[in-house]
Amino acid sequence: MENFNYVRPAKVADAVKAMKKAKDGKYLAGGHTLLPTLKQGLAAPTDIVDLSGLKNAGVKVGAKSVTIGAGTTHAEVAGSKDLRKAIPGLAKLAGGIGDPHVRHRGTIGGSLANNDPAADYPAAALGLGATIHTSDRKIPAEKYFTGMFSTALKGSEIVTAVEFPVPKKSGYAKFPNPASLYAMVGVFVAQLADGSVRVAVTGAGPGVFRAPELEAALAKNFSAKALDGIAVKAKGLNSDMHASAEYRAHLITVMAKRAVEAAK
Amino acid sequence: MPAISMKVNGQAVCGEVEGRTLLVEFLRDKLGLTGTHVGCDTSQCGACVVHVDGKAVKSCTALAIACADADVVTIEGLAKNGKLHPMQEAFREHHGLQCGFCTPGMIMAAVDMVKRLGKKLDEDTIRHELEGNICRCTGYHNIVAAVKAGAASM
Repeated sequence: MENFNYVRPAKVADAVKAMKKAKDGKYLAGGHTLLPTLKQGLAAPTDIVDLSGLKNAGVKVGAKSVTIGAGTTHAEVAGSKDLRKAIPGLAKLAGGIGDPHVRHRGTIGGSLANNDPAADYPAAALGLGATIHTSDRKIPAEKYFTGMFSTALKGSEIVTAVEFPVPKKSGYAKFPNPASLYAMVGVFVAQLADGSVRVAVTGAGPGVFRAPELEAALAKNFSAKALDGIAVKAKGLNSDMHASAEYRAHLITVMAKRAVEAAK
Repeated sequence: MPAISMKVNGQAVCGEVEGRTLLVEFLRDKLGLTGTHVGCDTSQCGACVVHVDGKAVKSCTALAIACADADVVTIEGLAKNGKLHPMQEAFREHHGLQCGFCTPGMIMAAVDMVKRLGKKLDEDTIRHELEGNICRCTGYHNIVAAVKAGAASM
């Protein structure tokens, strides 16, 4: 790993300033993607701006929405009793990311800023229609995820919090790669307060996406049975040593059924 | 090079680090605490698990400088007054190891597990909770038995 300058500012404005000043800076959250990337020499930033000094961890559960600070670890999200009541699917998703030690360090803000195509959180953000709060603005999930490892974040912009609407029901099911524990396919289903249904898929394609054919079937009848015989097209899905595009397409319907069965 | 200080196994320590110095490098190379191992160096295997501010983390995937002022416990910090920690004793008693390379991480993970989930742990829970700790010798059978017994005696 190449060496770098390291700063840990206490305020968002100071973090942005430090990033603007850096020649080739990177923000550090939990570090569970960035540090392995640096070790492999895939990135060699001149400056690391550690966001852990912002101390913005916390889960605030309101009647209509839940706001989670960007620095909240996966373990803290999974462990929030209030969240387990308000959005059980989201708490379950967080409790299934990586392993216990990874969950003690990795953060929701880091995961969403990185937007790994096999990460879990993007499925919840898109599946619930979350709003990403940043140092500059609020971005709806629809406009936030722009492709593989790519988001609407600009330059020195920092994710500060994520706001999720409280749904009627939500559920998440994933088929993890047994070695990496990343999602080969993960499906988040939500029946929102207005009765509309959203289904978001991670791991299967180059980035998180919604599955309109599954949403349409579940809108008529929110049950696993409603998804019988509905096939998702394999075109455009990932095909690699772990699974073919056809297999991933098959898994989407299977995981969607399990997510609906688990939804509460 | 910036100097950092932290508490390791109850003792105040300090040392100079580079920005890129990993917590595990600081522990092993600067402090000589070589009980914490580096297996995969890619945050998969868990041989490097230590406790930072009471939580199990992979010390190969944390910057030492980001752990400045933290309270760190390594495998060396478990035994007290020459007496093995109950979890260490359980690994010895149940032969929860063969080559021993993964053992420090296993034990630190197991102690963290008990802190979070209590002393009564069933086999399914233990196996699930050990997802981040890889052993290439034992097939886990005795490790699971050791964690269960160690948890009960903590």
